[in-house]
Amino acid sequence: MEDAPTELGDSNKDTEVAPALIAVHPSQDSVATAVGSDLRVFDFRQNCAVSLKDDSSEGSLHRDSIRAVRYGAHGKLLVSAGDDKLVKVWSTLSWRCITTVCSEKRVSAVAISDDGSYVCFADKFGVVWIVDLDTPDGQVVEFSPDGKYILSADRDFKIRVTVFPKNPLDGAHEIQSFCLGHTEFVSCIAFLCTPEYPQGFLVSGSGDSTVRMWDIISGSLLDTCEVGEKAGLLGSNGREAECYSAVTDLCTSSDGSLVAVAVQRQVPENFLLHPFFPCQVVPIRGGTFIPTSLQMCSSTGLLWMITGVSNLRGSEYPSLARVRVISGLKKSNSDSNEREPNVMDDNDIPGGAKLLEKLQGSLSYSEEVFLAAAEAVKTAMSNLLIKKQYSSEKREFRKRTRNDKKIKH
Amino acid sequence: MLENEANPTLSKSTGLPRKRFYRARAHSNPLSDSHFPIPISPHHVDYFLHYPQFFPSSDQTDGSKKIQFADIGCGFGGLLISLATLFPETLMIGMELRDKVTEYVKERILALRTANPGQYQNVSVVRTNSMKYIPNYFEKGQLSKMFFLFPDPHFKEKNHRRRVISRFLLDEYAYVLQVGGIIYTITDVEELGEWMKTCLQDHPMFEALTSEELEVDPVVKLLSSATEEGQKVARNGGQTFQAVYRRIAPSL
Ligand SMILES: C[S@@+](CC[C@H](N)C(=O)[O-])C[C@H]1O[C@@H](n2cnc3c(N)ncnc32)[C@H](O)[C@@H]1O
Repeated sequence: MEDAPTELGDSNKDTEVAPALIAVHPSQDSVATAVGSDLRVFDFRQNCAVSLKDDSSEGSLHRDSIRAVRYGAHGKLLVSAGDDKLVKVWSTLSWRCITTVCSEKRVSAVAISDDGSYVCFADKFGVVWIVDLDTPDGQVVEFSPDGKYILSADRDFKIRVTVFPKNPLDGAHEIQSFCLGHTEFVSCIAFLCTPEYPQGFLVSGSGDSTVRMWDIISGSLLDTCEVGEKAGLLGSNGREAECYSAVTDLCTSSDGSLVAVAVQRQVPENFLLHPFFPCQVVPIRGGTFIPTSLQMCSSTGLLWMITGVSNLRGSEYPSLARVRVISGLKKSNSDSNEREPNVMDDNDIPGGAKLLEKLQGSLSYSEEVFLAAAEAVKTAMSNLLIKKQYSSEKREFRKRTRNDKKIKH
Repeated sequence: MLENEANPTLSKSTGLPRKRFYRARAHSNPLSDSHFPIPISPHHVDYFLHYPQFFPSSDQTDGSKKIQFADIGCGFGGLLISLATLFPETLMIGMELRDKVTEYVKERILALRTANPGQYQNVSVVRTNSMKYIPNYFEKGQLSKMFFLFPDPHFKEKNHRRRVISRFLLDEYAYVLQVGGIIYTITDVEELGEWMKTCLQDHPMFEALTSEELEVDPVVKLLSSATEEGQKVARNGGQTFQAVYRRIAPSL
């Protein structure tokens, strides 16, 4: 009984599906997706699918679900990590694994410093580790734009801002601030930098269906956007959004003019929108599509999205993924605020069918397969987003069987 | 006294709550999920509720006076009761995970307030998991003293992360402690004593107090004598191991 709550997470592992992830090279030289343990890369420079090479002693690709994938060091490196407790750093030139770091615990988030010398990762207990890539060994979410702080979020709704240490191998001990205000698990964080404010504001999305903006130095909450409510009201013609809608991912454009937010809805309509700005909702037509991961390319302004899961039981496709791209998010000229967002046709996506075949693992899926997948995505996201709670009956049972209660009656 | 007749959980002779009605499980798993309210941020801590005499109305809690001492895993609250009269102007709070134990301490404080008008107004208790929610209660640099008296030992290696002193938690304690603030730890488990000392020694934001400093600090004497656990150890003639460290500014 005592151990039940902590072990719960582990025993659930087998049934926990992994949401598909996407990462886009900052100059859109390549795109990577992670579906289950499979890391797939399409290189636009060669216009072909990449086969990753790993000659390290582990000599293998990921063996379990990948939970985080992203580019770092201005696109020179790609890093992937997940349930196999391995953090793998790939060169985007040779597509070789240059370092594998073993974590003690399963890894949930990862980031690389701009100079490429440190990788920072968070394990599932929210402990942040930093590894020096030049001397791999020892200990590690998001670096602040000036590189002075490491941001990490955990399941207890708080975002921790840690001072990046002078000597990183001694660990990161000095906490600058906590950003407190979310009332559910924080699912995503990103910086919003503008020319006037290059140090950037932090934006965060959460299972509480809000996106919030913060000053990281003081930890103060600057603004809150009820995106769930906005998507609900704007989407379903004023009908009450009867269920909570978690924010699954967000990303910002490099000029700070846009925050794209993926919102999970119980009703089969999905939206992207920009909080803090005149809000715009982009419905995604053509099947049920809940983005599990978003990335905006700073050079092309295209918003890349993926939905999908792995470990899908009882389906002919145990893992599946669907990549979609939104264009028209960049302002057409600097003095207009007009945007004409448009979900691109598969044929118009850079790389076309060849890319989709690699990243999705297949060109197209039937609608039924997708409905099943959408259900699985919802389950996966709520497992990730919602704090593992006892059902109310179980809680009652626990109360009744507690000795301290018994004495009283 | 009539009231005490009606309430069997209060002792007839002293008016204080009787411990046997507040027995609880010996150990709780501090990493399991919670079902008690947590303030969203330190601004949301209800000072009016905890210290009504200091904050006569709920709109006077303007943040001018803040909690400065925290007793983590306060148990039955013996230390807080001693500190309350030693530092009558300092606000202090006990944090305790077990709900029945917390209820006991609450009753104890209320009874002491009633029996000693004007006293014990500066002490309160809250049920919470200190391993998760310290930053929800205290701002950066708010605390001047933190106490960890006879914490649960969690012997097994795989349970070390449940210990209330660890490298990672010390980062949070360093955050809520002001520079110069002091962290007091004591245990009767030698291995845990070593562990706590090593964690503090290795942390760049803590330094040990000198023996002269320990000598003159009136609080040090309370560590082994003021709490229920400490008294039990003393009765059994057990040895204790303490580590008292000061929060320092990290070197640049
Ligand atoms: C052995 S008792 C010591 C109590 C008291 N300090 C004394 O000396 O008598 C340890 C106490 O810490 C509490 N505790 C353990 N983990 C805790 C946590 N994470 N947050 C708050 N209290 C905790 C336990 O419920 C228990 O009452």
